[in-house]
Amino acid sequence: MTGPAGAQSPRADAARWLEGVLPPFVALLIALLVGDVLILVFGQAPGSVYRLLLDGTWGNAYGFGQVLYKATTLACTGLAFAAAARAGLFNVGAESQLAVGGFAAALAGLALPLGTPGLLAVPVCVLASMVGGGLVGALPGWLRARFGASEVIVTIMLNFVVLAALNYVVAAHLHVPETLHTPDMHAGTLPRLSDVWAVFHGSAANAAFVVALLAAAALWWILFRTRAGYELRAVGLQPEAAEYGGVHVGRVWVGAMALSGALAGLGGLNYVLGYKHYYEEGFATGSGFLGIAVALVGRNHPAGVLLAALLFATLSQGGLAVNALVPKQMVDVLQAVVILAVVTSVPEVRRVLRSASRVRA
Amino acid sequence: MIVLAFLALTLRIVVPYLLAAAGGVMSERAGVVALALEGFMLAGAFGAATGSHAFGSPWIGVLCGVVGGVLVALLLALAAVRYRADQVVVGIALNLLAVGATRFFLRFAFDSSSNSPRVPGFDGDLTNPVVWIGLATLPAVAWLLYRTPFGLRVRAVGEKPEAATTLGVPVARVRWIAVALSGVLAGLAGAYLALDQHQFTDGMTAGRGFIALAAVIFGRWDPRRVALACVLFAAAEAFEIQLQGAQLVPSQFVEMIPYVLTIVALAGVVGHATPPAGLGRSA
Repeated sequence: MTGPAGAQSPRADAARWLEGVLPPFVALLIALLVGDVLILVFGQAPGSVYRLLLDGTWGNAYGFGQVLYKATTLACTGLAFAAAARAGLFNVGAESQLAVGGFAAALAGLALPLGTPGLLAVPVCVLASMVGGGLVGALPGWLRARFGASEVIVTIMLNFVVLAALNYVVAAHLHVPETLHTPDMHAGTLPRLSDVWAVFHGSAANAAFVVALLAAAALWWILFRTRAGYELRAVGLQPEAAEYGGVHVGRVWVGAMALSGALAGLGGLNYVLGYKHYYEEGFATGSGFLGIAVALVGRNHPAGVLLAALLFATLSQGGLAVNALVPKQMVDVLQAVVILAVVTSVPEVRRVLRSASRVRA
Repeated sequence: MIVLAFLALTLRIVVPYLLAAAGGVMSERAGVVALALEGFMLAGAFGAATGSHAFGSPWIGVLCGVVGGVLVALLLALAAVRYRADQVVVGIALNLLAVGATRFFLRFAFDSSSNSPRVPGFDGDLTNPVVWIGLATLPAVAWLLYRTPFGLRVRAVGEKPEAATTLGVPVARVRWIAVALSGVLAGLAGAYLALDQHQFTDGMTAGRGFIALAAVIFGRWDPRRVALACVLFAAAEAFEIQLQGAQLVPSQFVEMIPYVLTIVALAGVVGHATPPAGLGRSA
């Protein structure tokens, strides 16, 4: 979102900075208010519910480990949405790209012989997840570039198609009898954080968290430090101008969607390589869609996405912590409210700031 | 006998598709993306079960179902039309909201996390009033869109919002009404599901809102074609259910049909699917 520096006055810079930072906070405030109402509906005191929520997440090592675990998947799907959004595309397909990524990683881990060293097996599984997710992402990008098919609708429809196809493959050919999951992988598993650091004892947090951090850094580098990233953002800001500037817009669309799908696919590692060591039907439920919220709140910036992923993971895990007082479903409502509040407050905050600066000028 | 059973089954499956797709046509023809149909339906189903349970009357259930659908639709209008938020994101958020809110209030109203108790509903197909409403809906929407001044305004607002503004058409108000009508219809679709099964179950719409949206796109936003698409999708589903056990085609492949056909339609293989030009744009 940062344009060329130089011509702007400090005040305009400050206004732009406020435009970027204010909406997430407005959104959180609105979500807190709605949360208060829901808590009061259930006859509880908002203060004690929120305190319990914090205690159960950031207040102890297990809770924090679970937050990290959930944030890992959300960071990947958030980065995925952000990457496409920077090119002006809506990838609503993270849900199925994530599943394919996890499935491909599990397949790779199954195919590798027992005893393959981790230094070889883990990269193979990582690559498999990215290729799997990337292919599912590239298809709607290509359909958009070649036929002008809306990537929004195509990715939504592909979610159903791809998940049904995976269900079929697993149910018909690959599952362990009496279950809905594939056999355990032979190789390519990631260590739990609790193996390294006893503090995280029992939580599902694992080294996939590091993969997500690397992915965020890589996305930042691609977007802001490479020619391809510059072209991607140029297409996102003004496709016609980019086209005149010599950018092959269709190619950028395909590339951006492939990158987006690959990032979403990476999210599958967290569950498959780091936690269960097999692919299971429905493991991604909702993470793909929440990635949209994560990217919105993080303003499509890799660093913002990581922070937003922590926020949404805190809400998810916090829901479990407060379930005795209020139904954990409260946080599902709050997560949706955060999205609605962000998308409505972005244009509204901008309008208010603009009119305020006009008054002063 | 088998043919009759097949037709009856198709009829039951097609009713919620027809209702929700009619809502989708209304909304999209007015230029508002109808991604939240699923959420409208879910809220409608929950409202219908709650109303029917509370008042012991499926008729009041239908009314409450409509209210449920409209409430979510008004949120869409508020965010997308009043605040000009991105329609795609709002639609997705509303689907998430509907899932979360129905679960929350399921716990609140019935102290269960999976389903409501059995509520009064409608039995039989041809004696179910919602079936008749469903069959009449798309013709009614076609009449509204093509034969009334309001329909003309809806289409103008959906095609060229700027031009409509210049001509003095109140774009925002027309969109509010169209989206609210969409909520009424999709809410009815949800009410049909709940009252047909005599209860609300968590996530009971199970992607039917998206199949309805698929029908809207496959039918190229034209009520007649959309109705045909609904019947086609429902017949495929009924066929699959009747053949269950025969294992001719795995059920997962039948589930894919509407979605694959939509992608094919968007890729222009079966003639060009041109959405209303003003779809997704605020004015």
